[in-house]
Amino acid sequence: MSDSIDWIARAGARAKGKRPEFLDDPSAERMLSILLAVVGEVSVLKQRLDTVERLLDAKGTISRGDIDAFLPDREAAYERAVMTKEYVARIMRGVQQNMEAMQTEERPVADISIELRDN
Amino acid sequence: MKRQDVPPPYTAVARHDVFPTPTHDEAARFDFLTAFNKYLSGTIGAGNKIAYEKRVLPAFRAEHGRDPKDRFEIRRAMNRDPWHRFWSACKRNSMEMRQQNGRSIVLRQLDRLDATARQLNEGRDTLQLDPNITTPHYQNAVDIHCMPGSYHGEERPGDVSAGANYDCGIFATTGGGLGALSDGGGQALVKWIQQERPGWKPTRILDIGCTIGHNIVPLALAFPDTEIIAIDTAAAVLRYGHARAQSLGANNLRFIQMNAEDLSRFPDGHFDWVQTTMFLHELSGKSLPKIVREAERVLKPGGLMLHLEQPQYSDAMPLYEQFIRDWDAFNNNEPFWSAMHAMDLKQVMAEAGLPRDCQFMTGVRAVVDRNVFPQQDFGEGEDHGRAAVWNAYGAWKPAA
Repeated sequence: MSDSIDWIARAGARAKGKRPEFLDDPSAERMLSILLAVVGEVSVLKQRLDTVERLLDAKGTISRGDIDAFLPDREAAYERAVMTKEYVARIMRGVQQNMEAMQTEERPVADISIELRDN
Repeated sequence: MKRQDVPPPYTAVARHDVFPTPTHDEAARFDFLTAFNKYLSGTIGAGNKIAYEKRVLPAFRAEHGRDPKDRFEIRRAMNRDPWHRFWSACKRNSMEMRQQNGRSIVLRQLDRLDATARQLNEGRDTLQLDPNITTPHYQNAVDIHCMPGSYHGEERPGDVSAGANYDCGIFATTGGGLGALSDGGGQALVKWIQQERPGWKPTRILDIGCTIGHNIVPLALAFPDTEIIAIDTAAAVLRYGHARAQSLGANNLRFIQMNAEDLSRFPDGHFDWVQTTMFLHELSGKSLPKIVREAERVLKPGGLMLHLEQPQYSDAMPLYEQFIRDWDAFNNNEPFWSAMHAMDLKQVMAEAGLPRDCQFMTGVRAVVDRNVFPQQDFGEGEDHGRAAVWNAYGAWKPAA
């Protein structure tokens, strides 16, 4: 630990340069940042749990040090990367579907409802 | 699913003596960010073009009665599109998260990193810092690619945090595409020159804007009898880069704090090879030609000038592609990127004394250990600006 620096606060320091306004509402920007950070932490938790499970399978009883020292072999690394890829796809489902929707022209379902009523 | 559809784990990143050691969770966080970056660029990066073709371009045509005339008109129109805005917000957050994770890893163990660097640096004439070198205005305007403190910042005097943070995060930003030591670019240079001029042993090489030296170390190791000088204006990254190079055994590599606008300490024709790697876009309109002129002056007749960069914009490149390649310029604190890629580099080199008929352009792809780092598939669209593929703009200076 580096005592002379508040490393937790300094880790999150901003970069000099005006941040673009991506979203209309500043609070939406803040919420997105918080949400994505939490999304990242859930991924970290899943990976840690995967480590614990692999170690338990291998050793039966494990220590905290075992978890921190764990290095995945090629097969485990591949499986964990697939898990993370799937996780990202799941949390981003809404965005992906929005992208697919851009490639179609669809009327509101209410319009179709009227059409079906009358035909 | 193929192996190359997923990136290698962060734990596969090589750890030299001064590389910050991540905890299990810190590595997992970089694994998430790598996957997230690949998703944003690869899987849903295509959404930007869809938004453009399906609604932004038709709306533009309806409003103006013509197509956009340049990448800036496209940018202004796209910056009103909700898809592009949200995608950009995710991408910007991804960079900010990468910076926080890198800085957290580094600052938490800064005492150890600084002590190790001091051991590798103290008393060695292969690191020459100069407090008289000031940070140029183009490095001070913003913190380049959202690195808090940029290349020159210090958390405390003499620390290596800037370099260490830079080194440990390359993996996440490039989706693991640059190899275990993040030196896929430098390895590509080695392969390229060995194919281009087999058996050539340059006497002296200059690397301008070396940052942490990750791209010049492979050259130093491939040419152990060659004298290599790597320069940068930022002491903070030189300190780290030198320690890193020493740790990797590149003892023929000297790091000097200098501004490339003034290479007067080197006589004319001093170097066989002058190199820049992903450097030119961080300069300015006036300093870039000045640096190229100085580079030409210190280059020996018959010698090589080579600049590795993302492709230049030209009439041959669709305006939409120019726009999306400009994303980092406006959204990731790379302010000179846009103007730089629109410059006529061939003209700049010609005016510096390297006529067009001695110039060339070639594609360079990162060279990495494909067992550990399989060829990364970025899906439908190339990750413009971040993919491990560059153009090399070069010239062989005419012999005297």
